[in-house]
Amino acid sequence: MPDPPAASPSGYSVTGTVIAAEPGTPVDRTNATTAAASLRGIGVGAGIVVAPLVRMGRLPDLPASSHAVADCPAEAAAARHALDTVATDLAARSERAGDPAAAAILDALSMIAGDPELADQVEGLIDARTDAPHALTQAFEVYREMLAEAGGYLAERAQDLADVRDRAIAVVLGLTMPGVPDPGHPFVLAADDLSPADTSGIDTTTVLALVTESGGPTSHTAILARALGLPCVVACPGILTVADGTLVAVDAAAGVVELDVTPERQAELEQRSAELAAALHAVAGPGGTADGHAVELLHNVGAAADLDGSVGEHFEGVGLFRTELLFLDRSDPPSFDEQVGAYAAVLRAAAGRKVVVRTLDAGADKPLPFLAMKAEPNPALGVRGLRISRQSPEVLDEQLAALAAAVLAAGVADAKAWVMAPMVATAGEAAAFAERARAAGLGRVGVMVEIPAAALRATEILAEVDFLSIGTNDLAQYTLAADRMAAELADLLDPWQPALLDLIARCAAAGRELGKPVGICGESAADPALAPVFAGMGITSLSMSARAVPLVAHALATHTLAECQDLAARALSAGSPEAARRAAT
Amino acid sequence: MIERTVTVASASGLHARPARIFVKAAAALPVDVLLAVEGKKPVKAGSMLGVLTLGATQGTEVTLSAEDDAEGAGRAAVDELAELLATDLDAVETDA
Repeated sequence: MPDPPAASPSGYSVTGTVIAAEPGTPVDRTNATTAAASLRGIGVGAGIVVAPLVRMGRLPDLPASSHAVADCPAEAAAARHALDTVATDLAARSERAGDPAAAAILDALSMIAGDPELADQVEGLIDARTDAPHALTQAFEVYREMLAEAGGYLAERAQDLADVRDRAIAVVLGLTMPGVPDPGHPFVLAADDLSPADTSGIDTTTVLALVTESGGPTSHTAILARALGLPCVVACPGILTVADGTLVAVDAAAGVVELDVTPERQAELEQRSAELAAALHAVAGPGGTADGHAVELLHNVGAAADLDGSVGEHFEGVGLFRTELLFLDRSDPPSFDEQVGAYAAVLRAAAGRKVVVRTLDAGADKPLPFLAMKAEPNPALGVRGLRISRQSPEVLDEQLAALAAAVLAAGVADAKAWVMAPMVATAGEAAAFAERARAAGLGRVGVMVEIPAAALRATEILAEVDFLSIGTNDLAQYTLAADRMAAELADLLDPWQPALLDLIARCAAAGRELGKPVGICGESAADPALAPVFAGMGITSLSMSARAVPLVAHALATHTLAECQDLAARALSAGSPEAARRAAT
Repeated sequence: MIERTVTVASASGLHARPARIFVKAAAALPVDVLLAVEGKKPVKAGSMLGVLTLGATQGTEVTLSAEDDAEGAGRAAVDELAELLATDLDAVETDA
């Protein structure tokens, strides 16, 4: 599940500092050296960075019509030069790209920019006295329409044409090519959204954080930020109106970008950043309370590469392996062998620790071209997650078979490969999924609890499976009937909402009753303030991004189980999110 | 005029990697080769956009053509590209 808007900045309760949000949002000013202004978006990752903002190169809007060109040969030469320059630049980016998939796309784009037919068409238009930018626009548009009509894979390439076109027009106009700027010092990169062509040029020694005006938690930008470990805020309206060079602070955990950071504030944030880093190094050992009650601290990953560098001595396993990354951005489903390879890679990377694999989680809001899903008026309530197997059962069955084959290929113990289905509503669905997964040869089968109906019947559902994993982002959305993307409803999505805590406690009680594990893999699992509360309820594991583990481990290690139980009781008896937070922190 | 009709063998059709391999090979040839799919205007084999817009998938019949010449360069070019089309380029280990 993608990360929700961070409704609470409580990720940094280690230092007790809370950053001011936008006007109207309740803000704790107990430690108030607040910023002059700040923008709010959806945070990706963790960490705080203070650096000047630099915006991505952007094209000005072209005048609606071309001026009449006087010197057609010179104009045509300029257009050809621009296309050559873009082709050369994209080819060089392709060479530099580490990821083979990105390199292939960039190579194809380079060949498109260098297409002799395209250049001839542009020249033909210029001979008719159209200026170069409009000639480029028109020539690309002809191909874009042809590709868009073809559908499928070709329609996806049609989007890429706009990127190539804009680069060529920028060169013709003598502007910086759209792409990652190089101001000569470390900076925070701001953009509308980042394309694969842009991100292949990112150098993490100079780009310290990413902020995008649009995009979302599953956009290319967010995936890249997680992969590179860069603090990131996506869906942050207004960021492109901030002038280049403005000193900003990006707080990824809170999803906040502070503007015009003062030297005092910068010092304060840098100290906090250092404290965070210190907390990262201070914690050791497996997750658990001060008196030794174990709570597994697991990692959320999308691919084996996400585990690079995080499988240390105290690594306890993967609590959420999102398999859909393998299925995104392609017109055909990954082959059986490709799936086996990807799953086995994660099982191997986890070095014998447990890995909880979530089966394909897609829907009209996260469409996959090969599933040909119909547009739905209300995708959050439509055919998504496990429900896809009602229409396309073969996709799930192949995935389960591929996972079983991957367990054999990786040579890990059956007991370490857990599988769970997203968007389960009823005990009947849970039983049917368990039957199919076990028939495929998988031994540890569970379901996610994201729908209130599932939480209300947690005992009956858990009786059918081996474990539950609570996806708090969707559970909050469905319990409070508040769209996860609706920033103005962020207060309803507060992870401390009493109704949400009630449902989580109900699941934990079912686990205690049946002696089966009940974990949390939503965003709340990464909240150090909530960790002791969850432990007190009886939650047995928390799964989060690797970077969040040390802070959560620290929070657990500073409470005994009895203290956790007391905090849980106090949080559950509170009447509001604010009261719950006050009572339990 | 030399003409040859072949069936596209690549699993992903004439898109993605097979298209890149094919277009690069065509662009490197000394003669222009045209590629046609029934019902569509022929395109230059060395044009990435042209080849993509043909929308040829695995099993599509495509026709290659080139001007004949005394040295046989046209025939050689058509034969070379025909061989590429008849190969499953998704399965070939190259660095293209």
